[in-house]
Amino acid sequence: MALQAIAFYLMALVTLAAGFCVVSARNPVHSVLWLILAFFSAAGLFVLMGAEFLAMLLVVVYVGAVAVLFLFVVMMLDVDFTALRQGFARYMPLGLVIAGFLAAEMVLVSATVAGRGAAADAKGPAASGADAALSNAEAIGRVLYTDYVYFFQAAGLVLLVAMIGAIVLTLRHKPGVKRQIIMNQVLRTPKTGMRVTDLKPGEGIGE
Amino acid sequence: MIIGLEHYLAVAAILFTIGVFGIFVNRKNIIVILMSVELMLLAVNINLVAFSVYLGNLTGQIFAMFVLTVAAAEAAVGLAILVTFFRNRGDIAVDDASMMKG
Repeated sequence: MALQAIAFYLMALVTLAAGFCVVSARNPVHSVLWLILAFFSAAGLFVLMGAEFLAMLLVVVYVGAVAVLFLFVVMMLDVDFTALRQGFARYMPLGLVIAGFLAAEMVLVSATVAGRGAAADAKGPAASGADAALSNAEAIGRVLYTDYVYFFQAAGLVLLVAMIGAIVLTLRHKPGVKRQIIMNQVLRTPKTGMRVTDLKPGEGIGE
Repeated sequence: MIIGLEHYLAVAAILFTIGVFGIFVNRKNIIVILMSVELMLLAVNINLVAFSVYLGNLTGQIFAMFVLTVAAAEAAVGLAILVTFFRNRGDIAVDDASMMKG
């Protein structure tokens, strides 16, 4: 139990510190790298709770896809990021006050909620789970593909729409670039594709 | 020292607050705003998974998966809009973007 507590505090601290560095780093590239660290340690927290599948999903989806996408965009855009930091000091006091109140409220509420209602007789990660023989991934799969199969399909649809949207938004045709137009190639007939020229001796084809 | 539900809820609450704070202080930098939104969604996921694990109900983890899906879609579309915006205007200062105000 002591080891679990040490691991929890270590990963919680790293998550929160990395999260703070994300919003306060000078360089957006550093922000993305801190974001990756925050996701990794949050995945560690998930493993600690016994949600291994979600933890691996977090690493694959967030670190592997979302964070790399951010990194690409940050490095691709040629922007003066120091100019974008203007007003950081101006909004800092107000932001700190509001964030402080918000955090205090939410921590108070969660501390209270955890001690009453259905959460009071929470058994903890070791005792929870309907079937101890089932791994976390198998248990999720059994629920996901039966009770929530329509939601699963809808999630796939959301991803499809996002993919199409991202492609449509960023696709552009540069003028002046020669492209292959398959339809025009297929529709060519011998009549339009070649001509018979009667050549006189001693002359070339005058272009 | 037993790590209970409230510990995870506190971490999630503070992480969410960091996300809100990030939106406040980086009002001009939309990339960092998007990253702050991702942090907030991560905090929501921690909440969902913590409740799911401690109450012994898998629905929370399923829901966290859907939140993950929507977060990925949101990041993709948001960054695509950002790239298009940068192409059209040459910078990403969002505080004076009022082209669509009519």
